[in-house]
Amino acid sequence: MKINRRQTLGLLGSTAVLACPNILSAQEGPINVSALYDLSGGLDVYGAPIVDTLKFAVAEQNRNGGLLGREIELKVFDPQSNMQLYAQFGRQTVLADKPAVVFGGITSSSREVLRPIMRQFNTLYFYANQYEGGVCDRNMFATGVTPGQTVEKLVDYSTKTFGKKVYIVAADYNYGQITANWVRKFTADQGGEVLAVEFFPLDVTDFKTAISKIQQAKPDYVWSALVGGAHISFYRQWQAAGMHRQIPLSSTTFAGGNEHVILTPEECNGFMVCQNYLQEIDTPQNAAFVSAFHKMYGADYPYITELGVGAYQGFKLWAKGVEQAGTTDRMPVIEALETGVSVDGPSGRVQIDPQTHHTIMDVHIARVQDGGLVPVETFSQARPVDTAMSCDLIANPADTTQYVIEL
Amino acid sequence: MDLASILTIEILGSVAVLVLISIGLAVVFGMMKVINMAHGEFLMIGGYVAIYAKNWAGLNFWVSSLVVAPLCVGLLGLALEWLVVRHLYGRMIDTMLATWGISLALIGAMTMLVGNTTTGISTPLSSVTIGAYSVSGYGIYLICLALAIFVLLYGLFRFTAFGLQARATTQNADMVAALGGNPRRIYSMTFALGAALGGLGGAALAPITGVIPTIGATYIAKAFITVISGGGAVIAGNLSASLLFGTVGQVFTYLYTPVIGEVALLVAAVVLIRILPKGITGRFFRRSI
Repeated sequence: MKINRRQTLGLLGSTAVLACPNILSAQEGPINVSALYDLSGGLDVYGAPIVDTLKFAVAEQNRNGGLLGREIELKVFDPQSNMQLYAQFGRQTVLADKPAVVFGGITSSSREVLRPIMRQFNTLYFYANQYEGGVCDRNMFATGVTPGQTVEKLVDYSTKTFGKKVYIVAADYNYGQITANWVRKFTADQGGEVLAVEFFPLDVTDFKTAISKIQQAKPDYVWSALVGGAHISFYRQWQAAGMHRQIPLSSTTFAGGNEHVILTPEECNGFMVCQNYLQEIDTPQNAAFVSAFHKMYGADYPYITELGVGAYQGFKLWAKGVEQAGTTDRMPVIEALETGVSVDGPSGRVQIDPQTHHTIMDVHIARVQDGGLVPVETFSQARPVDTAMSCDLIANPADTTQYVIEL
Repeated sequence: MDLASILTIEILGSVAVLVLISIGLAVVFGMMKVINMAHGEFLMIGGYVAIYAKNWAGLNFWVSSLVVAPLCVGLLGLALEWLVVRHLYGRMIDTMLATWGISLALIGAMTMLVGNTTTGISTPLSSVTIGAYSVSGYGIYLICLALAIFVLLYGLFRFTAFGLQARATTQNADMVAALGGNPRRIYSMTFALGAALGGLGGAALAPITGVIPTIGATYIAKAFITVISGGGAVIAGNLSASLLFGTVGQVFTYLYTPVIGEVALLVAAVVLIRILPKGITGRFFRRSI
């Protein structure tokens, strides 16, 4: 049989087309981004606002022409505040949707469920919450604040303003335990004294004994690292026992789930918080962000939370990394982000720290006032110093440890 | 001295909470020997009714929690008794299974209606100062409420015609029927009373704990432990078991942590049931109501 040149070319061409239908369709189709956040159960106070801002971020990106000329499609999963469902949905989405990046996890326990799964399936993972710090993993980027950025500042402020004696109430899981240790360390650094630390499982709603113990210990202020819907009872009972006017309270978790909107002003006015983002931040970027956000969700949207903005800024950082890499493939995007990518977000400048995969950003101490957070003191471009003490991904790229503070 | 009175109030507060969650179950179990697995959901619905009657209908909290919630949940109990429970009298395992099904259905229905999320209202009443301490006035109100429930229930069972017939029906339903009573009606009234007490308890606790469709599960275990340990006599059994467990739980919570308090309560229950298999009133106060 004789085959001429024209036939050969035609044959080769058609074989090539037949052999790679997947590649072709993948290049044309949308980029999948998965989000796993609790939209029900005790942690929905945090999850619902995060998903709202992620949807907003994706809509904004698509309106501006998508990413690398492709649409972005957000796949949202609700693990219902249940760790088993985090594992199930995490595996399901990386296998079925092949997302370019996964945003997910609110509590540190859920992050520790997702992190190994994302590594196993070579999927880039963004954890956008404030947390206890120390996770050193090249596959993960943490775009929330850590104790070195917030707890330290708020402990300093509280010790100077309220006094040296602190009583800690905290949620009983890795976040609460480790954060309590940071409060201990920073208090000791200030020459202060931790009178007692008490831990409460996430489903505890009865705090009357804890409140009498606090009255008995007579601290200068109370530190709360309480988490979730059930623990909101603490603040109600604190006010019901008449303690709110007597002993000040500082917290880096309060307001993360819009507790300051759920509770009445009488129950929480005057609490001190420390966050990366406040809706009250007075910059043109934030004004534009808030007005665009309100256009999408209505001006009566409760309060845009720090956790929500953390996810928004995390998404922006990832998108910038993808643009810089020119692809959504995992390693090129990680390498692009590791050049120290930064965005000007609603909270100000947010930059990836290559050594820790955490972020350098502004933090604000604020006072709860009538359903809002009034800025009191601002710290520009705080570095994740806590994680940087033990984590160096440039020297040890294969590290996957979470370093915790030793006392 | 201040501390002692504060501790006493807190112990009585824990006892009151146990009474509020378990008294409805105790009435149904003690008078009818029906194990109502849906009791936790009666509490949950009572809480929701109280919150929505206040927030939506704009009712005063006291009206919504003391009148509307027990009324609504009592009617629900009446309906469920007529639809399901009355067909299963005398078949204890079947009743448990059926009421468990009702419990799951009620959780599902409430989750569809309001979502799986915690709803709460502010605690009414201001604080009460005792020496250097202050306690929640609402906590003291709960103690008074539990006491009032006991007094009213005692009056109902001891001094009314319904109470007499209900107690007689517990002992011998056929004889009541032979004497012209109507055990059928007595049973359905008693079940509705148990449900209404559940609704009242759930509504009273809503400002402290908030309400979520699955909150019944956190109540039901303690309610059962209290009722079973109390034994057959509704009021004396419930009062003695609540006093015992409330004290044990609260003292250990105070000395250690809330987790140890829970463990101590459960250990006390296991030991008690081992020593007194028929509950406290199986041996003591046997002739009481």
